[in-house]
Amino acid sequence: MAYTLTNRKQFVERKPMSWVEKLYLVNILKGMFITFKHLFKRKPTIQYPEKTRTFSPVFRGLHVLNRDEDGRENCTACGLCAVACPAEAITMEAAERVKGEEYLYREEKFAAKYEINMLRCIFCGLCEEACPKDAIYLSETVTPANYNRKTFIYKKDDLLIPHPVHDAENYQKALGQRSHSLKTKVHS
Amino acid sequence: MDWSFILEKIVLIVIVILVTLGLALYTTFAERKVAAFLQDRPGPNRVGPMGLFQPFADGLKLIMKEDLIPSHANKQLFILGPFLAMSAALLVSGIIPWSTPIEINHTKISLQIADINIGVLYAFAVVSIGVYGILIGGWASNNKFSLLAALRGASQAISYELPMGLSLIALICLTGTLSLSDIVQQQAQAGHWWYVAYQPLGFLLFFICALAECNRTPFDLPEAENELNFGYHQEYSSMKLGFYLFAEYVNMIMSSAIMACLYFGGYDVPFVDETLLNPNLAAVLGLISILFKIVIFLFVFMWIRWTIPRFRYDQLMNLGWKKLMPLALANLILTIFISLILKS
Repeated sequence: MAYTLTNRKQFVERKPMSWVEKLYLVNILKGMFITFKHLFKRKPTIQYPEKTRTFSPVFRGLHVLNRDEDGRENCTACGLCAVACPAEAITMEAAERVKGEEYLYREEKFAAKYEINMLRCIFCGLCEEACPKDAIYLSETVTPANYNRKTFIYKKDDLLIPHPVHDAENYQKALGQRSHSLKTKVHS
Repeated sequence: MDWSFILEKIVLIVIVILVTLGLALYTTFAERKVAAFLQDRPGPNRVGPMGLFQPFADGLKLIMKEDLIPSHANKQLFILGPFLAMSAALLVSGIIPWSTPIEINHTKISLQIADINIGVLYAFAVVSIGVYGILIGGWASNNKFSLLAALRGASQAISYELPMGLSLIALICLTGTLSLSDIVQQQAQAGHWWYVAYQPLGFLLFFICALAECNRTPFDLPEAENELNFGYHQEYSSMKLGFYLFAEYVNMIMSSAIMACLYFGGYDVPFVDETLLNPNLAAVLGLISILFKIVIFLFVFMWIRWTIPRFRYDQLMNLGWKKLMPLALANLILTIFISLILKS
């Protein structure tokens, strides 16, 4: 045994092939037996457009701006999410609620403009953690593909969750599997 | 010349060619499916139920492509290449006895297009012409990769025809005839086994050489993508390329049919005495039997393709000349001795 630095060294056998081995037949039959076994194995393919893979319960997807039970926007444009964002993907402009808009915004201050650049976002979920009003969370869908970079800057209209009263069905769909945990969070 | 005879033969030729082409069409589909299943994939399943219309989509795609002839190519030969490959492949179908004769209005109609007494020799000659398809196509393309591939194809075919011929001679020593229908009838006789039982080594050699003749993996050196880009049909496009690819599958079907006839009893159904049955029923059974054998062979062809990597060129030549040739010679000499001893 030659000197080795580690004891993991393995020597490759390089003895010439015997006559039977040079015919390749035995090894070919062995290989064919292996591939034959694969004929009957379960196929791991998921037929994509018809079937989709379920995401894990902790999956962080596209952002959603939340509303309360009456459909009022939770966001107060405090900017904590923008500060927390490591990719600096969030921009917002605050505005003050005027009289008669109480049914639209939950508190006196609201986000007049709220944009997330989905090309910058790394979907870390820190905005979700930073938000004191439970206004932003990451949903269970992925960002759809598009032809244009501009379209990846999601405006408030793209982000807002459907109205829970007027569009209850889509609201439930947007909440997804996490509806239960979200509601408990809102009440607590 | 009897007009009904000519009509009968023309109808038979058209049917055989159409069925062969249809079978080849679905062999391409089967190839993809078998490849997929061997690799734990589902394979093509989008076009039609279970992807069954996939070959038509593939064919349509090939036809819709622009048909290019390179400016530096030899135009006549460039067109002749795929034509020759395809027609040589189809010509073999003429001598294959598809089944026992059928009876319509008490006239016997043979299901073999031409029962020539040198059938095996004819098949051998026509298959050899198929090499010219590759050679002419590769040369006429005026492309160094195509030319190299064509040279490889030619030298490979010549090298592997020798052990193939030798293993055939050993078989013919037993049959005493070159007519395919006679060979099949001998095997169909009660008490006579299929020739694979008498010639196991001969069959193995014949099978390996058939793989090489069809340019199938592990002997698909003429189309070694990693060395020759695409091989001899690199400059071809549209249906000319389709003809080349198709000819490969027709070749596979034909060599499967010949192997079934020579070594596996052709249309013979094992353990069934066909002479006791209604002749038409026996013919249908025989047809199913030979088609089943062909399909099994086709599957083995594909199974091998998706298992074994391609041989290196020197390995190919070593295997052909240093292993298969001596084995075929030994097989021939042994067969002659044993048959002589048994006869005396």
